[in-house]
Order: sequence, then C-alpha cells, then structure tokens
Amino acid sequence: MTASPGPAVRTVDLHKTYTSPRGDVPAVRGIDLEVRPGEFFGLLGPNGAGKSTTIGMLTTLVVPTSGTAEVCGFDVARRPVEVKRRIGMVSQNNTLDADLTAFENLEFRGRYFGLGARDARRRAEELLELFGLTDRRKGVPFEMSGGQVKRLMIARALVHRPEVLFLDEPTAGLDPQNRANLWELLRGLQSRGQTILLTTHYMEEAEALCDRVAVVDHGTVLASDTVEGLKGSAGTDTVITVSFDGAVPEGVHALDRREGVSRIEVGDGQVRVFARSPAGVLGELVAAGAAAGVGVTDAAQLRPSLETVFLTLTGREYRD
Amino acid sequence: MTSPASPNATGPTPGGTTEEPAGSESAPSPAAPRNEAAGPGPAMPRATLTGTFLAMMAREVRVMRKNFLSTFVRVLVQPLMFVFVFAYVLPKVGSGAGAGGFASKDGGPTFATILVPGLVGSAIVMQGMMAAIFPLMMELSWQRSITDRALAPVPVPVLALQKITAAGLQALIAGLLVFPCVLFVHAGGQAPNIHVGNWPVLLLTLVTGSLMCASGGLLLGTLIDPQKSQVLFALVLVPMSMLGCVYYPWAALDHVRWLQIVTLINPMVYVNEGLRTALTPQMEHMPIWAFGSVLILGTAALSWAAARTFTRRVLT
Repeated sequence: MTASPGPAVRTVDLHKTYTSPRGDVPAVRGIDLEVRPGEFFGLLGPNGAGKSTTIGMLTTLVVPTSGTAEVCGFDVARRPVEVKRRIGMVSQNNTLDADLTAFENLEFRGRYFGLGARDARRRAEELLELFGLTDRRKGVPFEMSGGQVKRLMIARALVHRPEVLFLDEPTAGLDPQNRANLWELLRGLQSRGQTILLTTHYMEEAEALCDRVAVVDHGTVLASDTVEGLKGSAGTDTVITVSFDGAVPEGVHALDRREGVSRIEVGDGQVRVFARSPAGVLGELVAAGAAAGVGVTDAAQLRPSLETVFLTLTGREYRD
Repeated sequence: MTSPASPNATGPTPGGTTEEPAGSESAPSPAAPRNEAAGPGPAMPRATLTGTFLAMMAREVRVMRKNFLSTFVRVLVQPLMFVFVFAYVLPKVGSGAGAGGFASKDGGPTFATILVPGLVGSAIVMQGMMAAIFPLMMELSWQRSITDRALAPVPVPVLALQKITAAGLQALIAGLLVFPCVLFVHAGGQAPNIHVGNWPVLLLTLVTGSLMCASGGLLLGTLIDPQKSQVLFALVLVPMSMLGCVYYPWAALDHVRWLQIVTLINPMVYVNEGLRTALTPQMEHMPIWAFGSVLILGTAALSWAAARTFTRRVLT
C-alpha cells in the first residue's frame, strides 16, 4: 500500500461551534476518532448529530474551533493543501460543476490535481466506463438521475486516487435499487484497499458496510467499535417497550428480579425492559397492565442491533 | 507496487482480489468498478499551484467558449443600440426634437468621440462585475457547488484570485468586442475622432480596469445575499453606469461641481477617463497619475478584500 504509516484519520477532542446572531451553536463537542488505512469506517447518528460538520472539518472546508484533526498525518487547519491532495469527498448535495458535462467534470478534476490534458481525458474516459456512465458522457449534471449523480460524484472523488475517500450520507434520497448498487460499489472500492469514511443515519447501512462504527449524537462519540463489538458491549439486550393508556402498573417492577432481565426503565406511561433472554417478558408486561386495569397502546420488541445499541447508549429511540 | 498504466489492464490487483473474467461482461453494471478506480494506480503527478491555477483557467475558457454567443451578444446589444440611436439616428433627425446637440457642429468633438471610450469602459466594468457575481451566487447558494473547486489542492484565497482573473478576462474580451462595434456605427460626418495616443496607458487601463471591476464584483458577490441581487442591480449597477462619465467626460462636470466630486467614488469613472486619455487625448481628461493610481491601488485593495471575504464564505 502507498498509504502513509499511522492512522489515515485522527481527531483529538475536536470541537466546532458555529457563531450566529442568535448565539453560539455547538455542533461538535469533543470528538475523538481514529481510522486505520484500508478501513471502512462509519459515523452513525441521527440528523443534526454533528456528522457532516465533522466530515467538513476533515475535508478542510469547516474550520475547527478547537482540538486537532489530521488526515494522513497532516493537520487539516495548518496544512489544508496537503490534506486536499490526499482526500476525495462526496458531499450530500450535488456539487458537480453545472457548467460542464459528466466527462468534463472528471477531466477537469484530473487537471486540477496535476494530470496533463491528455492523461486527464484518459482517466475521465476510464472512470466513466468503470462507473457505467459512458452513455452519459455528454450529460449535464442537472439532467442526470440521482443515482447517476452520486456515481459521477464518487468517480470524480477518485480521479486523483485519494488515500481517503469521504462520503457524507451517500445513499440519502436514493431508491432501494440504487442504494444496493452503491453499497456494492463501495464494497468493491474497499476490497481494493480504499480507506473510506462515511456518515450515515441509516442503521442498516452502517451494519452492512462498515468495519468499525462510531455512534455520534449531540456532537460527541457515544461509542466506537466494530459492529459486533458494539452489540456485544452495549446492545446484547433485546429491548421491549410497552406503552400503557394510563400510569405504568406497579406490577412491572416484579420483572426487575426476573432471570435474564438486565434493567427496567419506567417513564411516563411507558416501560422499557432490557433483557438478555426476552422470552415471555412482553406477555408479563401486558398481564401486569391487565391486572391493574390499564390497556396497552403500543408494544415493540427490538432484537440486538445498532438500534438497540443506540437506545442503550442514549435512552432515546433512534429516529432518522 | 503500481498497476500498469494501460486503462485496459485487468490483471490481479495488488490487494490480491481476483477479477471476473474480462470477457464475461453482461449488462454494464455500475456496481463493479475494477482495479483502476481506486487504490494504487499509476502515480499521480504532484499538482503545482500554477498548474492548478492554469487548469482552472482552462475550465473557464471551456465554459466561456460554450456560452460565447449568449454571453457576448448580451454585452454587445446595449452599446450597439446606444451608438445607433445617439450617433446615427439623432444626428440624422437633426434639429428636430432638440436633438441637434448630439450632432457635431463647428468642428467640435462629435458625440461619438465622447461615447466610444465611455461605452467600451462601461462594457468592461459591467461584464467584469457580472462575470464575477453571477456564477458566485450560484456556487454559494443551495447546492454549494463551490466545494468542487474549493477541494482542489490550492489555498482558498488563490481560488478567489483565479475567479478575479477569469472575470477580468471576460471583461477584457467584452471591451475589445464593443470597441469596433461602437467605432463604426455613426451617421456621415459624425465619425468619432479616435486614435491610440498612448499605448501604455491603454494597456494599463484595459488590464487593471478589468481586474479592478472583477475583484469589486467578487467582493459584492461574497457580501450580498443572493436573494437581494435585484437590489444590487437597481442600487449599484444602474447608478454606476449612468453616472460613470460614459456620456460626458469627467472634466465637463465642472458645471456640476458637487456631482464631479461625488462621482469620484465610482470606479467606472477612472476606467473611462483612462480610456479617454489613451484614445481621445485631444479631449480634456483626468491626469494620468489620478486614474492610474486609483486603478492600480484599487485593484490591489479590492482583490485583497475580496479574497478575504471569499475565504470566509467558503470556509465555515
């Protein structure tokens, strides 16, 4: 591998606070990350968690308020040009050059990064073919479909063979077919040694693609591990949630002493049971309600997944 | 450690993954980028600052070439109509409608003589500003396509200077296209008396005038909310061109002293007076040191300010 030794991406106590006339808005409050060369790393969290701001800082376009961030050993604030040489970025928006065709978008990206005119055209041709866009070579960005735009943006990010590829919510807004294609494409890139850092708010996307995942919420990393590791440390429990149409019946507290139940959280008209062996728990909750004369309005049982990890870590349900 | 440079190479990748047989290609699946897409490949040359700058200029030239007709037709129509009405129609109409003042009398300068430098100058100024403002407003607005070039391996202020250079180039082209158009449209006996009396002043005015207005445009574009661009037109560009000493030389404002002083804040005045000095030296004009220093210092100051505000808009 040509990747430089040491981590591909490293952040230490990274902060970003946006100042606005209505006061300061902290977007990232102390994020520590380490992404190894060749790794497929995911930043998982709900919208507004600070993922895009973090990726913005790593790609030099957002200036950190404090803390450090390094890409391939270069500080993003002090050596932005060296960082930009080594990264490819696929943003959430369509940032293709609207005045250029698909082919020219790739051609000029190559020239900005030092390819001669002929080499840039050859590289553009090659990437159009590899990404199945040859028949769209003269297409202009606003005429292309969402899936084509994403593919072209990924191709453009790869023109100069970056060491780290950043993708911000790459499949947001894509239909299931295009999403599946994109997942396949990203897996293919990683298998060829591409280091990838993506942000997503889709649990299943992080589970399907990433070697390691950092769960982010409110601008901090709640946990960072392999998907299996996260499930093992924070999410081995099945989570059973039952809502009642009245006060939570006293009877549910009996479950606390039940074999296989880790803990119980009782809220306003709602009880949540974290259980290693969930069999029968739901039935007992419903029975406790019936005994106290309150009905059940909603019941859900989630098997161990990143979703239960999130629930365990934040006490909040994961919503997109 | 690098795979062959040939785009057709389908050998095993350094990572050790094996490829599907090259012949078995079914429907062109977008989901199968082969080894050339990512990872180690032919070593990339290291981009230099000048190289990237020139590549960005090449992109501007490509876009300009595509939009040449629509861009420059727009630039040409107004000055062309203007000389047609004021240097051809009105002198022909003659004494009627009080338009006689536009015809040359007693061997004095024709109105065309006054108009030619003014119209060339105003084309330079308007095109320089608009070529900087309008693409920028698109790039900074909803999709933020500015990130495309902001991620190129140069410092962000260099990108600002590149945008100024590109808009300045468009301004220069606009001026050079307008010049022959306004030179040859006039009624008989109303020919403008134009000759290049001072080449260095002409070149200085054309180049710094183009760059100064491009940098002023970039500065405004980074300061003004895109939604308010209509206001920009009404409050900045229209008064600038009407009061920019296009239709009269600055010296003639002696009769309206307060206006003569107020118009000194208008950059267009200096471009037009520079062009008058170079093209119609027989007419009274501003001293060279006055417009020369404003053009040079103005270009430097506005470029510096625009690079700063641009960087602040691009980096959040």
